[in-house]
Amino acid sequence: MFAIKTKKWLAIYYSALLLWLATTAMHIPDGYLSPLTSLIMFLLVFPFWTIGIRKIRATMNAKSVPLIALLAAFAFVIMMFNIPLPGGTTGHAVGAALAAIILGPEVATIAISIALIIQAFFFGDGGILAIGANCFNMGVVIPYISYAIYQAVSKNTPISSSRRLVAAFLGGWVGVTVGAFFAGVEFGLQPLLFKAADGSPLYAPYPLSVSIPAMVIPHALVASVVEGVLTALVLAYLQRSNPAVLETAQNPALAVEAGSFGKLRWVWVGLAALIVASPLGLLAPGTAWGEWGTQQLSDLGFKSVPAGLEKLSSLWGAPLSGYDLPLLGNANLGYVFSAAMGIILTVLLVWLFTSLLTYRTEKQTQ
Amino acid sequence: MTTFTPDQKPHKHKKNVIEHTLHGISESLERALFAEEISGLPGLFQSLDARVKLISVLALLIGVSFSRSLWVIAAVYLLALILAWQSSIPIEFFIKRVWLALPFFTGMIILPALFITPGPTLIQLPLGLVITSTGVTTVLFLLFRVSTSVSLTLLLILTTPWNAVLSALGVLRIPDVFVLILGMTYRYIYLLLRSANDMFISRQSRVVGRLTGAEERQIIAATTGTLLNKSLDLSSEVYLAMVSRGFVGTIVTLKPFEMQPRDWFWLAVFIFTALLSIYLGR
Repeated sequence: MFAIKTKKWLAIYYSALLLWLATTAMHIPDGYLSPLTSLIMFLLVFPFWTIGIRKIRATMNAKSVPLIALLAAFAFVIMMFNIPLPGGTTGHAVGAALAAIILGPEVATIAISIALIIQAFFFGDGGILAIGANCFNMGVVIPYISYAIYQAVSKNTPISSSRRLVAAFLGGWVGVTVGAFFAGVEFGLQPLLFKAADGSPLYAPYPLSVSIPAMVIPHALVASVVEGVLTALVLAYLQRSNPAVLETAQNPALAVEAGSFGKLRWVWVGLAALIVASPLGLLAPGTAWGEWGTQQLSDLGFKSVPAGLEKLSSLWGAPLSGYDLPLLGNANLGYVFSAAMGIILTVLLVWLFTSLLTYRTEKQTQ
Repeated sequence: MTTFTPDQKPHKHKKNVIEHTLHGISESLERALFAEEISGLPGLFQSLDARVKLISVLALLIGVSFSRSLWVIAAVYLLALILAWQSSIPIEFFIKRVWLALPFFTGMIILPALFITPGPTLIQLPLGLVITSTGVTTVLFLLFRVSTSVSLTLLLILTTPWNAVLSALGVLRIPDVFVLILGMTYRYIYLLLRSANDMFISRQSRVVGRLTGAEERQIIAATTGTLLNKSLDLSSEVYLAMVSRGFVGTIVTLKPFEMQPRDWFWLAVFIFTALLSIYLGR
């Protein structure tokens, strides 16, 4: 359909642009998402707000009000810090991974969401209708993913262990990268679902095959590294200066029940096996992955759009086709990348489901 | 002609991250002050009930978001301009703030859509680039929608004191505890911003020469950690202060608003406009 030259020029433009964009935070402004998407994102984030508020009420009572306020203010302020990376780039962190490690993911969701709402309502950063999407991508995805990874990697090592620093870096890095993946999915669904009469996209215009790598790759290279570096360095600082804060985080009253991981061990073993096996899918591209993509998106709540999903599966069959980004050097690498992100997404959904389940049973037994 | 030895060669002063962060902090403080100033001036939007403004702006945002017609979105933008003009907002600032920042973010993101959106060719450029008519439409849609939404949000932010916006949020059935936390957060943001500002200034004043990246990272991490410790300490102090004033966990908020007839009138006007924009732009 397009001349090869066009693609080449665009690819060069993109790689330069994306590296630059990656230093900015992923606050979605109003106008990028359709009203329907914005509503769905509000519905998605709502249960997490409820869980967070319940958790606060159950564990911290009246004292929670000033604590949450101060931590939300803290989250707001550190979003303004410039964090230098090796190589001279600087970027801003979300602080969501750090908040999750100290407060537990449920409470971190509330603190980050409040910081984001204040940014939208009082400073004009990020859209007002897009609050649901922004709170989901940054306030839910990052804390829950980061926390799961931090816990899994640090295991039962002592608070002062340096293994925890690695865990914190990995948590921050993966958390932000997956958050960016979600933003990419939200952008990429727009042109499939919402078009003007002449076929021009009404909102964010790029299909999933462009929007996902465009969000994920630069974030993985810059913003996620920034988050990981800040999380690890601040954790190291707290280990030296105020280990008590980290110990309260280990207190089951504050942090998430560690047992929720153990109870469904076989699920994690199965998923780990899938993750290891997934690169083998490259040997036979476009078979299982197409189906998986459709399945994945229907999980996201877009069951009612079969026509769009039809298109989706073909897109997922060949992500990055024709986008031979110089940045990637190799389309397969991008393919593995997208696939890895997809797996992490599944892990997230399963984990959320199981923790919701344990949450309910705990409630009943109380 | 003078020649410079390598030592003497004047080189541009490169800002370190501390200076960058300080700059960002003072910029947001300035913005908040500016909004405070404008919200005190006489004007149409300043005279309305905060609940009316909040609901009207939300309705118009939703209207813009639903509209499938560029003309309708452009009309709402024009309305935002008129409202800004009637509300003592410097119109030049109002336009510049939106349109000068837009090309750098949204503009850069959307540019390739001119070429890669499938559709009939509009202009054939050298180097194999083709601008499609659907590409032009989609670019205009995003630019107009984003700029109009940002303008509407600015209108609310600039003309309404923050505590009025907070009280108005109560109308949206947002739980009181959430509104209370939002309010406290907003207040403590300034305290923590000042605290961070002071820490960075005192550090910067003792910096001699150029910092290495690792040193910069260490400074930022230590400041972040100290700020976290301060926040936690402060939260227990604030809690004790609240308890000493009789706080038992239940929240009592003042509802200082009373709707006037002209509030109802303008509320009706804006909601009608929003509905009209959805209907005309369907």
